[in-house]
Amino acid sequence: MRSSTLATKVAPRPSTDVDVDADSAAEVPWVAIVWNDPVNLMSYVTYIFQTLLGHPRPTAEKLMLDVHHKGRATVSHGTRDAMESVVAKLQSAGLWATMAADR
Amino acid sequence: MRLFRARLGRYVATFEAVEARLLSDLVDQVRTLLADRRSSVAPDPLADLTGMAVGPSTAPSDPAVARLLPDFSRDDAELSAGLRLIREPEVIAAKDAAAVALLDSLPRGGGTVRLEERTARSWLAALNDVRLAFGVRLGITDDDTEPGAATAEPDSPGYAMYVTYRWLSAMQESLVQAMMGAD
Repeated sequence: MRSSTLATKVAPRPSTDVDVDADSAAEVPWVAIVWNDPVNLMSYVTYIFQTLLGHPRPTAEKLMLDVHHKGRATVSHGTRDAMESVVAKLQSAGLWATMAADR
Repeated sequence: MRLFRARLGRYVATFEAVEARLLSDLVDQVRTLLADRRSSVAPDPLADLTGMAVGPSTAPSDPAVARLLPDFSRDDAELSAGLRLIREPEVIAAKDAAAVALLDSLPRGGGTVRLEERTARSWLAALNDVRLAFGVRLGITDDDTEPGAATAEPDSPGYAMYVTYRWLSAMQESLVQAMMGAD
């Protein structure tokens, strides 16, 4: 395998103004969602739900199967800050995680 | 290679020299992708002053990097941009730390690795990142369909890449099974 297999150029960053605190005042609950993806191993996803989110094994397995069969699962609830942190950790572990206001 | 198994509180696997070199090369390539992404951010005088790392606000144009660093929201572009700005640096740092932990514990000339829990977690994450990048490059898009490379000519680069992907998958699976069986 050539060493350039995975390398490509990255476009420079356009500058933007973003207000990240737009609705931090509102006390709406937030959720972290994990989406199905064809690469992550079922065992690994279960392991991450157990170790990163603290779910017991049966809950972790049920959530993993929801992701696998339904395409997504809500894996955590909390404040916006807490869900930001959870999503960052799940993404660091390689899971396809996003967050949303639970309206 | 002898895949991972739990033994005396450690996770043990044995690599041939050529396997160890290949794995370290692949992990290095992911580090390079992430380093390029990190350095694509224009210097920010305020960040220099406060020491706070700030990321770009737009998703990576390379789909493999975009898979490693997904948007924080599926339907709110403004939220994704804002959170990418403040959260992407920590996600990159975590991935890089996992990659470094793997590289530091992998004997380049081959041999047996005996990982403790913490290092083994880093291996899982670093192996997963390499597999995610491979998945994009190989065009693995759904759970049940094999990519085109699976049926490519045995001496083609695509087939070699697919075989390597399968090898990484078996390695990660053996490690996660050993870790889950041990608790």
